[in-house]
Amino acid sequence: MNYFILDEYDVIVIGAGHAGCEAGLAAARMGHRTLMLSINLEAVAMMACNPSIGGTGKGHLVREIDALGGEMGINIDKAFIQSKMLNTAKGPAVHSLRAQADKARYHEEMKKTLENQENLDLKQGEAVDLLIDDDGVKGVILKTGAAYRSKAVILATGTFLRGKIFIGEWSYDSGPNGLSASVELAENLKRYGLLMRRFKTGTPARALGRTLNYERMVEQPGDEKIIPFSFMNDELQKDQVSCWLTYTNENTHKVIRDNFSRSALFGGQIEGIGPRYCPSIEDKVNRFADKERHQLFIEPEGLYTDEVYIQGMSSSLPEDVQGAFYRTIAGLENLKIVRPAYAIEYDSIDPLELSMTLEHRKIDNLYCAGQFNGSSGYEEAAAQGLIAGINAARKLDGREPFLLDRSEAYIGVLIDDLVTKGTNEPYRIMTSRAEYRLVLRQDNADLRLTEKSYHAGLASEERYRRFVRTRAAVEQEMKRLENTVILPSEIRGFLEKHGSTTLQNKISLAELLKRPEMNYEILAEIDLHRPKLSQHAITQMEVQIKYQGYIVKQLQQIERFKKLENRRLSSEFDYNQVDGLRIEARQKLNQLKPISVGQASRISGVSPADINVLLIHLEKQKRR
Amino acid sequence: MEDTIAAIATAYGEGGIGIIRLSGEEVKNILDRIFVPKQSQYKESIVNKRLYYGHIIDPSCGKVIDEVLAVYMKAPATYTTEDVVEIYCHGSIVALRKTLSLALRNGARLADKGEFTKRAFLNGRLDLSQAEAVIDIVKAKTDKTFDVALSQMEGALSEQVKKIRQELMSLLVEITVNLDYPDEDIEIMTYQKLTESTTLIGDMIDKLLSTAGAGRILRDGLNVAIIGKPNVGKSSLMNALLKEARAIVTEIPGTTRDTIEEVISIRDIPVKLTDTAGIRETEDQIERIGIEKSKESFNRSDLIIFIVDGSSPLTKEDRRIMAKLDSRKVIILMNKTDLGLQVEEAEIKITLPHGKLIKASIKNNEGIEALEQEITDMVYGGEVKQEESLLVTNVRHMELLEKARIAIGDALIMAENSEALDFIEVDIRRSWELLGEIIGESVTEDIIEQVFARFCLGK
Repeated sequence: MNYFILDEYDVIVIGAGHAGCEAGLAAARMGHRTLMLSINLEAVAMMACNPSIGGTGKGHLVREIDALGGEMGINIDKAFIQSKMLNTAKGPAVHSLRAQADKARYHEEMKKTLENQENLDLKQGEAVDLLIDDDGVKGVILKTGAAYRSKAVILATGTFLRGKIFIGEWSYDSGPNGLSASVELAENLKRYGLLMRRFKTGTPARALGRTLNYERMVEQPGDEKIIPFSFMNDELQKDQVSCWLTYTNENTHKVIRDNFSRSALFGGQIEGIGPRYCPSIEDKVNRFADKERHQLFIEPEGLYTDEVYIQGMSSSLPEDVQGAFYRTIAGLENLKIVRPAYAIEYDSIDPLELSMTLEHRKIDNLYCAGQFNGSSGYEEAAAQGLIAGINAARKLDGREPFLLDRSEAYIGVLIDDLVTKGTNEPYRIMTSRAEYRLVLRQDNADLRLTEKSYHAGLASEERYRRFVRTRAAVEQEMKRLENTVILPSEIRGFLEKHGSTTLQNKISLAELLKRPEMNYEILAEIDLHRPKLSQHAITQMEVQIKYQGYIVKQLQQIERFKKLENRRLSSEFDYNQVDGLRIEARQKLNQLKPISVGQASRISGVSPADINVLLIHLEKQKRR
Repeated sequence: MEDTIAAIATAYGEGGIGIIRLSGEEVKNILDRIFVPKQSQYKESIVNKRLYYGHIIDPSCGKVIDEVLAVYMKAPATYTTEDVVEIYCHGSIVALRKTLSLALRNGARLADKGEFTKRAFLNGRLDLSQAEAVIDIVKAKTDKTFDVALSQMEGALSEQVKKIRQELMSLLVEITVNLDYPDEDIEIMTYQKLTESTTLIGDMIDKLLSTAGAGRILRDGLNVAIIGKPNVGKSSLMNALLKEARAIVTEIPGTTRDTIEEVISIRDIPVKLTDTAGIRETEDQIERIGIEKSKESFNRSDLIIFIVDGSSPLTKEDRRIMAKLDSRKVIILMNKTDLGLQVEEAEIKITLPHGKLIKASIKNNEGIEALEQEITDMVYGGEVKQEESLLVTNVRHMELLEKARIAIGDALIMAENSEALDFIEVDIRRSWELLGEIIGESVTEDIIEQVFARFCLGK
């Protein structure tokens, strides 16, 4: 291919979506000259689907990204127009923050951050090929013939790669949201031996807000007390906008059923695999035929647009059918569609080809992140982008990889799941995927990760100092509560007032706080000399005291888990030499080259018996 | 292939046949050295999987050790997947030991405990749970136990465990949906529902666990001590149960000077029967030793058969024994009822309210059958029917079941206290995982699979 070299960088990131932004920023912030490429700069941090960030599991990811020094938390704190803490009644481990974003603002704020970032260049351009030799990847060639040399490349192509949109019987090559697809790069990646496959996702229609009748819907306001996503923000004040709840009905389902044959999904045109947790409305009606109604939420797309997002109603039916079924819904009778719903198919790789650092196992210095790896969701993408960015930077510095395991972070769960178990559908994080959920809470993400990231070279001095202050304040306050002892006579009236059992003996404030009916705020009444603490510190401390017993139990489980995790395996290890390993296990282990016995034990096709054999083999080798 | 190991494969001191097993690449050479088949005049080499009759002969002196059957099984279709030889000797421990030491002198080394099974396991022939069941098969003491071990391998235990896990899964799926999809239009998990489900699951595990005791008994045997004042008929009972005279029976008190232990089979249950010397104060030194021993066997017994003389009132000695029995599991056998019933039945019932009374005349073989029935009933706890062969016979499985039971119990307590759902879920999931370890399944993806199969979710 004909090209000319225009410039040289340490790291080039292909794609400026949620994965690309974190990857580029991390690499640049760790001191490497970084180039970010996007087919269209309007697509920077584009929220191509729902207008919200966070939610169950995903909220945890954003907190972790923030604690590590990523950008998503800070950016959504700038751009949110509604904030809500979910699951508050179900225990602190599943509390999940979710914010509705002003999409345009989200994009603009992120773009501004990229533009202002030292070491980082953001350019519009379509990557069509890689510069590759036997030592690995060496750069990127653009459609214009311009080429850039680099020491590492991070692929974060989202749904652009060989993107194809389906609306009813019609389909055409396209990236998301009317942007052009990236076809040549897909072909070249295949040529380099990457195992490509087709995944699918979908998005509902956007409607014009003023054509809806909100009186027929139920208002869903935000929380009165706003909790910021970023640990860098103590408090945020903002006027919030509402979302609206309404339901489908039998008429809706009839219109959909009558037009099943016109759906791209059932017509067989779509070969890609879609996510089960994100079914289209025709899928819902088909699979859950006895369900009388499905709920949907109307969510604003931003403050300076009247477009609204119809959450729960993605579809690949033709436009005429879409209009017809949307208009059967209470409040949507006169709805005007601004952008139709569509399904999009795209190329992604089998993440089993990646190592835990998200580097491709076949091509050195080629990192992969986001939807390209078979995940789904802005947050999942951002988390991978961050880890790929950090690891690319560290490898160029000749330093140890930066790894998070399943007991340290949801990010660890996400990446371990992807690269160890693989996925047959776009992968979404769920709290139920995390074994050590009680420890991986959103309130303590900084405690888990900030120090580690600081030492790895990403989290800033300011962030680290802030974290150290919070940590000290929490520890001090916990000690103070444990050491402050109260006599029964002093608080009889207080306990009776709050329906709490009165005391026979003296008690510490910490013990008192453990009672289910008590919380830190209530205790203020009898705890007059307490220090001023940030809301964040209070939450962290309160959870640690109240749920101490459970947390200790889980920490013991983590200790056991770490034993196998810490038994490292060399990537040079040849499993064919292990007598007694079943053939399937040998193949899988040789293919994936797990970094630890722990990771090996999670590979499908490797049985507990195989692990015992492996352990015995390692034992034998050690004895020799 | 590993080095060649050998061991006595049958339990010590039991049965008419004892087996020496060898495994490893040297087995055939060793067999050639120490075994002379009857057909040796044909000079043919020993053929795979054919049973040969012949003699074990010490090659150093030509002395015949035993008359045996022997078989050579070629790898890999063998128990260990290595070359295996089995030699079926006469049961005498002397012959077995001599044959084994001969094999050891001729190229084998003594196997570690469980090493055959470990090899089978390491060579990929058995999974962990199968390997454990095989260990139990090896140890199986009667046909009954053998059935239990077999059915476990075939998955009878797995079936029950799977049923419990299905309940757990169903509950987990509903909790997961509640936790991961707070916005969805789904049934809210209530504490009432949690309480009901965890109670039900706890009961299911209890039921399975209740067979565990019986399982242990089937493997290790039931320890039964026969106790009573001198000359009340202890030895006679022992003999009646053995159906052959073993212990010395005389009219002079104190003739049973030692505890006599016999392993017998009562309706397929292995029973370790201990006839104790009369528990009474005595000056006789030799007899005292016997008494100490009988106290010991009394203490470790699962069941006590207390014999009283039904034909005369209770003596001071009877009452002293009764006081010691306290809350032990006991069958009171009122012997000599052919001579009339004089004993204070009511007093026995009051002193030993949980004891089971049986009237007998051992001399006339009356009441023995009732006694056997009672022992059988006790082993199966009245809940486990004989034909239900599912029993937890493996210590590891029992441990896992017990842990799973505790976890689900914790979940129940938390549900009753209306504690946070995500903490309750941890214990329910733990229970599900522990049971999964019994059958070798613990995959989180299962839950997620079910979540999407059962609920309509998503944007």
